Amino acid sequence: MTKDLKNPPIDRVDGRMKVTGGAQYFADFELPNMAYCVIVGSEIGRGNIASIDTKKAQGAPGVLGVFTHQNMPPIPGWDAPVGGEADGPAPKPDTIEKYRILSSPKILFDGQPIAMVVANSFERATYAASLVKATYTKQTARTDLEKHLAEGIAPGRPGSSDYLRGKADGYQSAPVTLEANYTIPVEVHNPMELHGILAHWTGTDSLMIYAKTQGVNATQDAMAQAFKIDPKKIHVHTEFMGGGFGMGLRTWPQETAVVAIARKIGRPLKLVMTRDQMFTLVGHRPYTVQTINMGADSNGKLIGIAHAATAETASYEDFTEATVNMTKFMYECPNVSTRYRIVRLDRSVPIWMRGPGEATGAFALESAMDEMAHKLNLDPIEFRLRNYTETDPEHNRPYSSKNLKEAYQRGAEAIGWNKRKNEPASQRDGDWLIGYGMSTGTFNAFRWEASARALLNADGSLTIQSAVTDIGPGTGTALTMIAHNVLGVPLNRIKVAYGDTSLPKAPTQGGSAIVSAVGSAVYDACTKIKKQLVDLAVKDGGQLAGRQADELMMADGMLSIEKEPGKKVALSDLMRTNNLTVIDKSADSKGGPELGKYSMYSFSVHFVQVRVNPLTGVVRVSKAVSVADSGRIISPKTAASQMIGGVAGGIGMALTEEAIIDHRFGRFVNNNLADYHVAVHADVPAIETIMIDKPDPIINPMGAKGMGEIALIGFAGAVANAVFNATGQRVRDLPITPDKLLRAV
Amino acid sequence: MNQFQYTRVTTPKAAVSALSQENGTYFLAGGTNLIDLIKREVVVPERLVDINKLPLATIEKTSTGLRIGAMAKNSAVADHDLAKKHAPLLSMALNAGASAQLRNMATVGGNMMQRTRCPYFYDPSMPCNKRSPVQAGPDKGQPNGPSGCGAIGGINRMHAIFGTSNKCIAVHPSDMCIALVALDATVNVSGPKGDRKIPFGDFHRLPGDAPQKDNTLLPGELIMSVDIPTNKFADNSHYLKVRDRASYAFALISVGVAVDMKRDTIQDIRLAMGGVAHKPWRLTEAEHFLRGKPATEANFKQAATIAMNGAKGYGENDFKLTLAPNSLIDALKTATKTA
Repeated sequence: MTKDLKNPPIDRVDGRMKVTGGAQYFADFELPNMAYCVIVGSEIGRGNIASIDTKKAQGAPGVLGVFTHQNMPPIPGWDAPVGGEADGPAPKPDTIEKYRILSSPKILFDGQPIAMVVANSFERATYAASLVKATYTKQTARTDLEKHLAEGIAPGRPGSSDYLRGKADGYQSAPVTLEANYTIPVEVHNPMELHGILAHWTGTDSLMIYAKTQGVNATQDAMAQAFKIDPKKIHVHTEFMGGGFGMGLRTWPQETAVVAIARKIGRPLKLVMTRDQMFTLVGHRPYTVQTINMGADSNGKLIGIAHAATAETASYEDFTEATVNMTKFMYECPNVSTRYRIVRLDRSVPIWMRGPGEATGAFALESAMDEMAHKLNLDPIEFRLRNYTETDPEHNRPYSSKNLKEAYQRGAEAIGWNKRKNEPASQRDGDWLIGYGMSTGTFNAFRWEASARALLNADGSLTIQSAVTDIGPGTGTALTMIAHNVLGVPLNRIKVAYGDTSLPKAPTQGGSAIVSAVGSAVYDACTKIKKQLVDLAVKDGGQLAGRQADELMMADGMLSIEKEPGKKVALSDLMRTNNLTVIDKSADSKGGPELGKYSMYSFSVHFVQVRVNPLTGVVRVSKAVSVADSGRIISPKTAASQMIGGVAGGIGMALTEEAIIDHRFGRFVNNNLADYHVAVHADVPAIETIMIDKPDPIINPMGAKGMGEIALIGFAGAVANAVFNATGQRVRDLPITPDKLLRAV
Repeated sequence: MNQFQYTRVTTPKAAVSALSQENGTYFLAGGTNLIDLIKREVVVPERLVDINKLPLATIEKTSTGLRIGAMAKNSAVADHDLAKKHAPLLSMALNAGASAQLRNMATVGGNMMQRTRCPYFYDPSMPCNKRSPVQAGPDKGQPNGPSGCGAIGGINRMHAIFGTSNKCIAVHPSDMCIALVALDATVNVSGPKGDRKIPFGDFHRLPGDAPQKDNTLLPGELIMSVDIPTNKFADNSHYLKVRDRASYAFALISVGVAVDMKRDTIQDIRLAMGGVAHKPWRLTEAEHFLRGKPATEANFKQAATIAMNGAKGYGENDFKLTLAPNSLIDALKTATKTA
């Protein structure tokens, strides 16, 4: 069985297309008679539009329409949650604001669209948009979470409720205690590719959409709901995405508006947003304040943890994420309580950003673990091992697989953990302080429902089909490998078609779940083909007549007898002799009920070495090692790239990324790529990735778990812990910029 | 972006003449800053005069030092053997600026003319005296937005600690200019009334009551070249740029140090700082203190204390009161290390 073997590293199957410009992203599509849409955003954070003057814009060259709340075409599904909210509708008390784009003069957040200008070229639409002038009656925009922490409400969504194991204040009686607050600022996904949509009504109730979405089926459903048309009449295409990181996990209101306006003007309509609009209209990682209380005994056994988090959301939607979840199951601890609150502010709604809440929570928990280890004068790994758990204490059930001890050990060896000194600020290289830090990460390993189709062609080539979008992790490459492992068709004879609703339904690309979900469907579809091929070969008169199925193996496009080299038949011959032009199999795949007996998680451990300049407070990550325990690795190269990308994102989260709001205006002041600091190459050292690569026996037939989130989750904590080790200074609010480490000489 | 006229000139004389003709005319050189400003409607030009064809990109040795043409690209200057040999501080400062792509486009003259990166200046919905100098009553309908200083009492982590006024606390963003002010450069300009020389330290100005004015150029004047006098600093120069990420970020604090060392003694020295003022900030008193003294940490600390005379924080940028002297000490330590 191939699943017991490590997979060879193969190149990204769409790599050549991507670097030669062959890959088509949504904005690359041009349609005849296409018009262009540009959004005008509000310049206030709360209030009402008093007047809006669109006359000049309407008279500008090439303008086809200026749409505001006064003339926006109706959207039939207006009163349903247009576009679908991120996590399904939350119970909504009547107090919550209602936000439907261009439906009212009310302004609920800065940058809210107040007009959408349509012209026959992008430049003309941009110019006309600059002529739209609004006046406002302003109200004070409440945008500062720190000032409104007391207004936190318990979100009425399952999974967000308070958790208690043992006693809530169990930590208080411990001999060693700590209480600490941790803050994460607003972070913005900022993928290279700008967001937008191209909508084309191909008939009165049929629609073609080129989107930037992480799920074409989800966009299809959202538009069907908004326009009350049959989803089958809506064709959504997103084969490639220039980075998503979570911002494409839902359909955004301006996308729905573009579809409505396209119908009104009777032309295909394209929207490509500006970079500053990416800060307000497609979500962000929410500003989150966390408190951890922790107690341990003098032997380094945890006695209690209380983890509370408060995050911002919009006035019009309750966004929630799993910020405190890791604390419930990561360590053996008799008394654990968690509490999660959200505060409705005059801000645009957040959305999951890579790692999502778990990355926010891991920064707090893993910083606190480091702080406690220091108080106990224990090595941080040793402290974690003393509280290691082989079973999930939250659900009292086994993990489907967990090799975290091995991950600690291998990562420690790779970074040179033995060179670390427990005493902070005790190592120097010239003028620079040196420190080491580590942190654990974990994220759910999902097995979502998915479909796939596999077609073995007469020439022995294989086509795999799934609607799933490849947002960059190498989904096409992984699916190719899975099909190859089942059928033995050479890698270069397998083609994967994806990112289109004409293909078998797939879940949205997110939650590190796609290899598990879609990969299983591909595995099942290919297994059906394999069964048919074997049956044909071993039947009376077949090329391998009389042989047993378990004697056979598939490799190099051949079906052969494993122990008798030379005894084999090419798949193409097998098909020809049976007069088959294609073997076409589909599979709907989902996990069985037995999965419920296990807790399924991926794990990671991040190690960093930092150098800190004691005079300037500059922190450089000089070495990084990330270890993934995520089951069988399907595609080692793209998996390593996932981890490397996670580290680069983690360095940004730890050291540089922060979207800053001037709360007097409720408005961002650094909404561009010059002032919002995504880590650049010079910030990122060579990164060593280590894959434990042991199959999970439970989750799916490949034994593979996801790794997109764990690549980031915990990394920021590892950096903060290393900075403490280097300097003795604990920074609890990210990012760790030079000013936070300064001490007068 | 509004419509504007575009003309291209090929001689300095034509450029000066074109600029003098009407208000709202701007020279377009590398365009790395001006185009952004136009897109954001911070600058709304009537006419752009493209000066990229002017024959002013020469880098040459003269009898008194180095002459760098105003149209020389930042990357060309940084990589030029003459600059590396005679003004390594300038090379270092240039390479610390912006990104490789921007340095390939940006010119020496354009670098000097770049505007502050204060976020309030760039957002016409926010108050800014530099962008909208005239107090024009209620902030309605003004193309360039409301007056006032958004940074005072606002987000001012990047802002000035020296030479501020109650109208403006913006900083000049250039790295190159820190080196040039340290190296006692002279700016050669040509204008409707003829040619003149401006000492680099007098080229940029403090905001005072007229923050809209970044420099002392007169109407119609064109930067022709910059002269760097011969110096003995080549062996002991250092440009330190402290910033929020390792590349493509403006300075929190930058320090340009150029020293003439005689064994362990500082024979002569030039010091300048960036990220601290509306102009490249020369530290003449600290230079005076260090001249003739041994290069010791104690002396550096003393010099740093002197350098910080008159510094004032505005809240978020208070950390610069610590970071600036620390950076000066760090840069001095590096620059005075002898082989």
